[in-house]
Amino acid sequence: MTDRNEMLIPVVGVITDVRMDTPDVKTFRVVTPDGVKPFAHMPGQCAMLSIPGVGEAMFSITSSPTNTEFMEFSIKKCGCVTEWLHQAEPGQQITVRGPYGKPFPVEEDLKGKDLLFIAGGIGLAPLRSVINYVRHYRENYGKVQIVYGARSKDDLVDYSEIINEWMTDDGIEVNLTIDREQEGWDGHVGFIPNFVKELSPDLNKTVLMCGPPIMIKFTLQGLMELGFKKTQVYTTMELRMKCGIGKCGRCNIGSKYVCKDGPVFRFDELDELPDEY
Amino acid sequence: MQKITRDALVNKALALLDNGTVDRVLGWKKGELAYDVTPAVFTDGKSIGEGFVWNDFCGANFSKYLIAETKKTGSKVLVFLKPCDTYSFNQLLTEHRFDREKVYAVGIPCEGMTDVHKLRAAVGEGICNVEADGDMLAVSTVYTDEPVNVPAAEVMLERCLVCKSKKHVAYDELLGEEGEVAESARFDQVAELEALTPDERFAFWQNELSRCIRCNACRDVCPACTCEKCVFNNPSSGVENKAAANSFEEKMFHIIRAFHVAGRCTDCGECSRVCPQRIPLHLLNRKFISDIDNFYGEYQAGAEVGSRAPLVNYDQDDLEPSEVFGGRE
Amino acid sequence: MRKCSLSEMNKVFARIASAQKLYLPVDGEAGAEYKLWEEGTEWSNALNTVKSPKDFFFPQLENLMEFKVTGKSIEVIDTRKASEDFVVFGVRACDVKSFEVLDRVFLVDPVDSYYATRREHGTIVSLACTRPTETCFCRTFGIDATEPQGDVVTWKTETQLFFEAKTQKGQAFMSLIEDLTEECDGSEVEAQKEKTGKILARLPLANLSADAFGADKTDKFFNAPEWKTLSEACLGCGTCTFVCPTCQCYDIKDFSTGSGVVRFRCWDSCMYSDFTKMAHGNPRLTQLERFRQRFMHKLVYYPTNNDGMFSCVGCGRCLSSCPISMNIVKVMKTLGDKADD
Repeated sequence: MTDRNEMLIPVVGVITDVRMDTPDVKTFRVVTPDGVKPFAHMPGQCAMLSIPGVGEAMFSITSSPTNTEFMEFSIKKCGCVTEWLHQAEPGQQITVRGPYGKPFPVEEDLKGKDLLFIAGGIGLAPLRSVINYVRHYRENYGKVQIVYGARSKDDLVDYSEIINEWMTDDGIEVNLTIDREQEGWDGHVGFIPNFVKELSPDLNKTVLMCGPPIMIKFTLQGLMELGFKKTQVYTTMELRMKCGIGKCGRCNIGSKYVCKDGPVFRFDELDELPDEY
Repeated sequence: MQKITRDALVNKALALLDNGTVDRVLGWKKGELAYDVTPAVFTDGKSIGEGFVWNDFCGANFSKYLIAETKKTGSKVLVFLKPCDTYSFNQLLTEHRFDREKVYAVGIPCEGMTDVHKLRAAVGEGICNVEADGDMLAVSTVYTDEPVNVPAAEVMLERCLVCKSKKHVAYDELLGEEGEVAESARFDQVAELEALTPDERFAFWQNELSRCIRCNACRDVCPACTCEKCVFNNPSSGVENKAAANSFEEKMFHIIRAFHVAGRCTDCGECSRVCPQRIPLHLLNRKFISDIDNFYGEYQAGAEVGSRAPLVNYDQDDLEPSEVFGGRE
Repeated sequence: MRKCSLSEMNKVFARIASAQKLYLPVDGEAGAEYKLWEEGTEWSNALNTVKSPKDFFFPQLENLMEFKVTGKSIEVIDTRKASEDFVVFGVRACDVKSFEVLDRVFLVDPVDSYYATRREHGTIVSLACTRPTETCFCRTFGIDATEPQGDVVTWKTETQLFFEAKTQKGQAFMSLIEDLTEECDGSEVEAQKEKTGKILARLPLANLSADAFGADKTDKFFNAPEWKTLSEACLGCGTCTFVCPTCQCYDIKDFSTGSGVVRFRCWDSCMYSDFTKMAHGNPRLTQLERFRQRFMHKLVYYPTNNDGMFSCVGCGRCLSSCPISMNIVKVMKTLGDKADD
């Protein structure tokens, strides 16, 4: 584990497996050169990955803390670090530091609750960690419903895990949707905000939501119309970060630093921040 | 002391607002101290009456602001231009950087602007008031009972001491008397640098540029630096930088910038005026201007709209590089 | 309290410099700047330096580590060398206070070890002001220019420099120069402080108030229409942030040396257009948002996280250096009038 006092200095990580999830998302399995998990984390926390000479960027840890062997990161290609990573092959070393940020309150507020996960596209990445954590400690949580949507069937991240594991679990309801009709897809078609309204989930559920800003905005609106309260809805934010420890100033919104005080926020907490994210 | 009065400018602004020629005025706004004048957009007579200033501290060149200002609305903005500002104005028009139809330019004469750093050096701490009286500035401080008199010329900006022109090269209307293109000694310092040995010259620039803090004020104020995305701000350019990772890079920033504005720099002197580290950046640009004059014949950027700068205009009689290098030996 | 004749200060400097690196303000082309003392170096009489002394603890550029990349393998190399003790001499009250502002960023968990190491090794010898200037407004933030903090505090009169150690580090410093100084009472210092106090009260910004600002005032100021006019002329350069003693935003970047990669950090500015730019957008799109961030941070966000303490010390550097003469004083005066709304 990284020494807290040397938070800016990373450790070396080795990519042991690269899985192509969608045309622009790959999932990378990372261990230390000794073959162990780089450090412990909680669901929703992040890590800084870097390729020396290319740059460093913050990613949410996709794997569950209950996976003690390795870490996984599902990464969408959208900038120089991610483009470089997408070309990497197993055996490639990178650097890792973390964990950063406040996790989802899986051991506190979420315990014993019925949970509704809503994810759009790559927004599944941080939620996957929570979902698998909850599946591992199944007895600690109530009913679980997962609403997941993407542009097309091919853009659904972790499709095989969803089909083969989540959907076969007792007490987990999975609702998938894609934006447009597609050959070979007989599931739901339509945008997530409308889909959630159609599903009309129980109002006692606690919601964990992640996805593109526009999806978040309209889904939150829909949830409010259904009668959910902002204190019931959690999300995780993405801002530009450099240090990860609340000092470089980049992810500052009002008096909060997303890297340190987030990335997980409840919507009533977000309401108290200036509208600048 | 400025010959044209604040009242003349204010009355002109009010009249043009009143008759609907313009709906806003780009002018200088009074600050908290005797000299901290800020560029501002005024939209009504009340704010002009309260805040508009015209004095020896109105150095800011408004030409570059017109790029953003003319994009805001379809109506006209009034801009006051000192003679040197009109060269930047023309150069920006040559480069199609703003819509001339959306500007009403009023030329105003200028007797030279005060360099606040020089004023502080001359008077000391605690300046609380500055009154211009003829060729003198009467400066009150918290340390003296009577104002200290300082000759305005002694504390003038370098660019004004070697003013290249009192003539306006662009305006819709002129207030006061028109001046002449001046016999300027502005290349004297360039000649002094040229007289140094390469080692001495390198040491001179090494010393000056070593103070650079990469705040980018020179670039951001420069009317010739109008790229929408500067290479030094562009992560994908490969040269984006906020601090130089080595000393070579630091010098390259200024030299690359000087090359980029070569032939387009009107020698307005804003770069040196705003440099917090007092680096005489204008000398880099002046060296280029002087070389262009020598190699291709005299050329003043911004003297007219649409002129083709020698560096972007091929002529069969153009000097060959070999002649340039040969001529230097 | 001990004192030393100003004419003997060279001996004091030589003694300190024989034990530790000694930095003090020296006149230069741009004004005063902190320089390493060597025989012949003259201590500047300037009120303050153009750049703040934050460089000593949070340098504009510093290498964090290096990487050796061989094929697919990476080696992380901690290149830090053992730190040496040093003395920063002649630091004004405002700048000493700025270290406290920075401490509350860099020394809170997780501690920034690069900063912490320098703080541990640095001795601050402060200097009370005698000729404050029109851009000074430290009083606004409760700072007494005649009574600075520091490991050792010094007061200058026409002929003497008076010393008082305030910390253990300060006592170590004083014992180093014990034979060059003599014990005295503080009467001359008191007279000096009174005289300067009168000047401070007469400065143009003497009555500037920060009362309207502080913790939890985000809602009151964030959407103020005044930000538009205040930010209108802002060039988006980084001058204010780079001369500011309390601005601490930074960037981390890699630099290929040919034989390896150096990861360094350097000052950054929230005034820059790319500061918050991401692959998919920018939450602060125009200069208004960037400008607002800088002042909201100093006057509201920082106090919210730090028991009401402001992230401005009234040193006045931004008043002197801003190319368009826009600054925190104008922001405070313009928005502070909204106090009673």
